Amino acid sequence: MNITLNGTPCRTAASTLSALLAERGFGPKVATARNGDFVPASLREATPIGEGDRIEVLAAMQGG
Amino acid sequence: MPVFYGTEIASALMLGTAQYPSPAILAEAFRAARPGIATVSLRREAGGGQGFWDLVSGLGARILPNTAGCHSVKEAVTTAHMARELFGTAWIKLEVIGHADTLQPDVVALIEAAAILSADGFEVFPYCTEDLSVCGRLLDAGCQVLMPWGAPIGSGRGINNAYGLRSLRAHFPQVPLVVDAGIGLPSHAAQAMEMGFDAVLLNSAVACAGDPAAMARAMALAVEAGRAAFAADPMEARDMAAPSTPVIGKAFLE
Repeated sequence: MNITLNGTPCRTAASTLSALLAERGFGPKVATARNGDFVPASLREATPIGEGDRIEVLAAMQGG
Repeated sequence: MPVFYGTEIASALMLGTAQYPSPAILAEAFRAARPGIATVSLRREAGGGQGFWDLVSGLGARILPNTAGCHSVKEAVTTAHMARELFGTAWIKLEVIGHADTLQPDVVALIEAAAILSADGFEVFPYCTEDLSVCGRLLDAGCQVLMPWGAPIGSGRGINNAYGLRSLRAHFPQVPLVVDAGIGLPSHAAQAMEMGFDAVLLNSAVACAGDPAAMARAMALAVEAGRAAFAADPMEARDMAAPSTPVIGKAFLE
């Protein structure tokens, strides 16, 4: 299905958020949001990925 | 030393982690200044997240994640939740930007976001203006720290409104206050501390200096000097001269 991952359109076979993270090789130190809503790590496995979803995967970065 | 939400911090200098020429120079600046708090952000993971995580974990400073770049309540609240999970802290430097050119806070949205986050257990450090009413509302919303700007972020202009900041200090004598943003020189940082602020938060002044580590050290010294000066109860300025050398006993040599 077609989703947008970190602003980039892509196709995925993953059916859950945790499967998507594994498919894309993300490490453990990330925080996730689906369609603008925070998804805690404990809920990633139970969070389905649907057509057109916007997924954000964020990590620690430089900040002021 | 400053106490934020019940935690005493070892230094009144708070330092950002952005814009350094290299990660090594960032680490060198932190070693030179030994700031009590390091600010960080959340951005899309593009392969550098783990490396930066390892770097900030070794800085010896407490981590304060921010919501930099957020322009709405929803965006800021969601980012704060993501930061709380990722960094394992209830502390959040709350930025809700209202204007693209000046990066000044949208204070109405800031108050709303602060109330939502405080009710949800966050310990909010709001990046705000020195407006007394806004600051009062932020305290009502649950904030126990205020971080008014000195000048617009990254401008290096120093303390733009010394009267306003002095007034804020006087109105809220028990609230920890941090001058956040606009510091360009050690003299600006010292000025904030001399006015009785509890800490200063800066980034560009160090990261964009020719020698960031040397400037970091200079900032640490200035913060320490300003803090000591405030504690020493500075003299009042006056318009007329007053001789410091005793007049009595001076010889008559005409």
